[in-house]
Amino acid sequence: MKPAQRRWIFLIGAAGLVAFFLWGLFGLPGFGRYPGPYGFIINSIALRQTYATGTVSAVNFGYRGFDTVGEEFILFAAAAGVSTVLRRLRGERERSAVDEAADRDVPPTSGAVRMMALILTGPIVVFGWWLASHAQASPSGGFQGGVILATAFILVYLAGEFLVFKRFSPVGLTDAVEAVGAGGFAAIGVAAVGMGLAYLTNFLPKGQFAGAVSSAGTIPLISFFVGLEVAAAFILIVAELLEQTLLIRRGDG
Amino acid sequence: MQYFPFVVVAWILAVGLYGIVTSRHLVHQIICLIVVQSSTYVLLLGVGYVTGAVAPYYFDVKVHTPAVDPVVQALALTDVVVEAAVTALLCSFAIQAHKRFGTLDPQELASLKG
Repeated sequence: MKPAQRRWIFLIGAAGLVAFFLWGLFGLPGFGRYPGPYGFIINSIALRQTYATGTVSAVNFGYRGFDTVGEEFILFAAAAGVSTVLRRLRGERERSAVDEAADRDVPPTSGAVRMMALILTGPIVVFGWWLASHAQASPSGGFQGGVILATAFILVYLAGEFLVFKRFSPVGLTDAVEAVGAGGFAAIGVAAVGMGLAYLTNFLPKGQFAGAVSSAGTIPLISFFVGLEVAAAFILIVAELLEQTLLIRRGDG
Repeated sequence: MQYFPFVVVAWILAVGLYGIVTSRHLVHQIICLIVVQSSTYVLLLGVGYVTGAVAPYYFDVKVHTPAVDPVVQALALTDVVVEAAVTALLCSFAIQAHKRFGTLDPQELASLKG
């Protein structure tokens, strides 16, 4: 099929799609006229029930915790998928870690980049942990914190070399952390079942002050495990992509 | 103005789909898929908005202040995570496709057997 033909077929289909789509959207209550009731119910009971001031986290790691288990395992499966798809294929070899052409130097990373990475790495680690551990109090949580934690390792790569990055995040360790993160979340749910409660029931004491780090029972704990899993998954994905471009070459080695 | 955010949703969706259909490069196509998915963020947040309400974080707000729906916000978060996972996986497929066939043009890829 020619591109022009394809475009016409698409335009006809798209016109129909957009028409039906807009028709459906105009059937919604207007913008700002949210009819409820779920949001209003959650908003009125979440603070009393969970002691979490961040209602989005209360929904994510509490009321809708079961969905979030699935979401976390989507990420887990995607990281495993990237590792599988980007494995060393037949007819490829992994370049040795030592420099092959000692007479030709890799151009050094610029001083500005290294300086910025040096300045930023520490604060980013702290910021990531802060986000991952304050899910119950603020618009944060394990997902956001985990991604930011992973960027600290990518800064190490930017400032140094891929081999330094590998030394900071060995694949075995990253794999183990990811497994602990994913398994920990599921285990908290199973622990509730062991106590005769529903899966992922918030069974820990809720603390005394709403929004404190020690409040909200299982919510900060789940957020912590999610943070581990997300950080490890993103480090793995980035490491696989980097390895693919930097180390794997055509030809048998 | 009442339906303006929903028109934006339809527009983002249509633009992204147009990009996917006319794309001549797999990476470009993946980015267009991200655009299509972005329309769902606008839709989710638009559906849950309450006029004059604050974000659902009860810190330093007066009692009985209306807040927007936290459920759709949690869904948007799920959406973002899934998008990141899907994008990573698609990018690795694109790398392998390029290695195998030496091209990233979907048209040429379709005409190759292998």
